[in-house]
Amino acid sequence: MIGFSPSEEQNMIVNTVKQFATDVMRKKFRDCDEAGEIPAEIIDGAWELGLVASCIPEQLGGAGWEHSALTGTLLAEELAWGDLSMAMHILAPSLAILPIVEMGTEEQKKKYLPALCGNKFTAATAAFIEPLYDFDPNEFSTTAKRNSGYTLNGQKCYVPLAAGADFILVYAGEGEERQCFIVEKGTKGLEIGEREQNMGIKALATYELNLKDCKVPAENRLGGKKGSDFNRLANLSRVALASMAVGVARASFEFSRDYAKERHAFGEPIASRQAIAFMLADMAIEVDAARLLNWEAAWKLDRNEDATREACLAKSYADNMVMLVTDYGVQVMGGHGYVRDNPVELWFRNARGFTTFTGMAIV
Amino acid sequence: MIDFEISAEDKVKVEEAHEIAQNLFRPISRYYDEHEHEDPMDLIDTMWKMRGKGFLTGLGITGALMVEELCWGDAGLYLASPGPGLGGAAVFAAGTQEQWGRFLARYGEGKPKWGAMAMTEPGCGSDTSAIQATAVRDGDYWVLNGEKIFVTMGRRALELSEGIIVVWATVDKSAGRAGMKSFVVEAGTPGMKVEKQEKKLGIKASDTVTVVFDNCRIPFNNILGKAEIKTKTEGFKGAMATFDVTRPLVAAQALGVTRAALDMLRDELTKRGIKVRYDVPRSKQTAIERDFMEMESNWRAAHLLVIRAMWQLQGGTPNALEASMAKAKAGRAATLITQRAVELMGPLGYSRKLLFEKFMRDAKINDIFEGTGQINTLVVARRLLGYSRDQLK
Ligand SMILES: Cc1cc2nc3c(=O)[nH]c(=O)nc-3n(C[C@H](O)[C@H](O)[C@H](O)COP(=O)(O)OP(=O)(O)OC[C@H]3O[C@@H](n4cnc5c(N)ncnc54)[C@H](O)[C@@H]3O)c2cc1C
Repeated sequence: MIGFSPSEEQNMIVNTVKQFATDVMRKKFRDCDEAGEIPAEIIDGAWELGLVASCIPEQLGGAGWEHSALTGTLLAEELAWGDLSMAMHILAPSLAILPIVEMGTEEQKKKYLPALCGNKFTAATAAFIEPLYDFDPNEFSTTAKRNSGYTLNGQKCYVPLAAGADFILVYAGEGEERQCFIVEKGTKGLEIGEREQNMGIKALATYELNLKDCKVPAENRLGGKKGSDFNRLANLSRVALASMAVGVARASFEFSRDYAKERHAFGEPIASRQAIAFMLADMAIEVDAARLLNWEAAWKLDRNEDATREACLAKSYADNMVMLVTDYGVQVMGGHGYVRDNPVELWFRNARGFTTFTGMAIV
Repeated sequence: MIDFEISAEDKVKVEEAHEIAQNLFRPISRYYDEHEHEDPMDLIDTMWKMRGKGFLTGLGITGALMVEELCWGDAGLYLASPGPGLGGAAVFAAGTQEQWGRFLARYGEGKPKWGAMAMTEPGCGSDTSAIQATAVRDGDYWVLNGEKIFVTMGRRALELSEGIIVVWATVDKSAGRAGMKSFVVEAGTPGMKVEKQEKKLGIKASDTVTVVFDNCRIPFNNILGKAEIKTKTEGFKGAMATFDVTRPLVAAQALGVTRAALDMLRDELTKRGIKVRYDVPRSKQTAIERDFMEMESNWRAAHLLVIRAMWQLQGGTPNALEASMAKAKAGRAATLITQRAVELMGPLGYSRKLLFEKFMRDAKINDIFEGTGQINTLVVARRLLGYSRDQLK
């Protein structure tokens, strides 16, 4: 039966996250962007909401909730509405947790998941993007060669929290396949580079990685002999990022809408002119359009169906949408949108990243 | 619950609509585009019989899905198919049960009939508050005077059948919007005449006419809603309630034409060995892949906006904002996507051998009638901002 209202449980989660985003994230996001850092209280506060470790089985210390990509998109939208850097930081451990929960071997689950069920935030992450303008996740240039274990070679970038993580899930090409490998901190051949400096998501610590003949044991291949389902992971990541784009766009829409009603020019609020009002209307339509497309993709993933087409369309649509909407956000505010006293320029910078962001979040 | 699953019953109905579109509409699509004012009599009879057997599109999610399928076949022939049309929607939205019986029962019996709705006049379209047609009470009658243009299905409703037309007129010009009321006029009523039949860019199988009212007398109880002028906007509310239903439905028409273009485009690409790779990065997409994904995602997004507006309607949730969002998005998307399809297909797109150019012509009307793109955007903006008509003109 077709329906568009979140379940009671989903509403509860969304409301909790919304509250946190409003009361905590929104109070500090500008400072964090300027400082390039997120205070531990914020991250630990979010951790206490139990969003990330909830899908870890109970016997391993988690809450044992059934995983739902759809619920994930709902909460990721709210977090990204609060702040994209913080959202990516808060959700980073999922990059390792979800693939292991869904596709890991029993041994992998036992070995890596309990440490991620503590009272405090524990960093974990995945390395996906490579520093090439034509980076193609269908043909990772990072390779894994089978010998007694696996030898990894290649370069990665935009790896969130790499410096603080005990292990990193590395995506690599293994012959024709795309597989993930668990690389523990300190493994020989794993070099974590300097913290990256980007146009946006400035508060998120991301790093470049170098893998030089980095050897991992055979049992570190995600899913063991069976391996993992790359397409599904890529799709779960697409819907996560698309929902974050929706959150960022919504933030810009709401802020510029409210501003347009306050700001007067030529004796009237600027919102009472069609040139402004129509931009705002288009922003609202596009935000909803992108959200609905993404919900449909996530819904399909929850049914364990192949949703590659839907997820790619949703991601690509959201990538375009968020740029348009955040650009309008700045435009509606004129010069006041361009200065860093107001947040729309920050959302505009963050928005530009989405076409680049792949595999950087997962729900 | 958030759910995108169509019920099994609905699936059957949607498939049935698709078969009609494919087997009955498509084969004669080009013919009635080239023979503008001919009536597709065989199709009309078939559609009327199917209606008698229960093939009705209705006004909810199922209806929207079915309309999309039918317009995938041919948007003009969909409009030309007998039934109460926009006039019926207006009676349904603003009429009493007695009126439903008196005016709508005919659509389930006898010979094929159509319904029409007349708001637009030579001097005003978007600005519906400026209508000049008048309705003056005379005892047990209303006397209508005025000229209505661009009436969809006016000729078939009034000349080819014993249908109805819902006419908007003012009972008191000084009352502005509040004085606007709608009236049902039955075919054959003296004083009503069908005049000019328009020649159009597209949807040529659908007739579009001028209807003139010259001291046309109709029974007093043919008014939809109350006769008194109560609040400032009461009369107009009837029109607005109709729009909540008809805007998503017209948006669904747009989506049907759009998907027809997308499907045909995909087929032509497949013939040339091109398959859209959805999961390649932008830097490696071909221009066609990039365009196609943009077109397909825009179509699908508009589709979901339409379904959402209908879902609200079914659940009794106010949907005026979302109905206009859906219409604004779908009208624009249809226009741009079908234009792009012609461009991408080059000589095949522009040629009348294939249907791409027809889809483009048929699609354009969806950004014009039932509120232009601008008017729907205006409705969305006012609602988002909490502005009245005076605050945002
Ligand atoms: C094939 C066809 C079938 C039709 N069927 C019917 C029917 O069955 N019944 C019926 O009543 N009508 C029907 N119409 C009429 C249709 O609804 C009108 O054409 C439409 O509402 C626009 O009105 P208009 O043509 O007078 O344009 P105008 O109102 O003159 O508008 C011209 C342009 O100005 C823009 N504009 C107007 N006001 C504003 C504003 N406030 N802000 C910003 N932009 C504005 C419009 O968007 C448009 O771009 C039909 C039209 C066609 C072509």
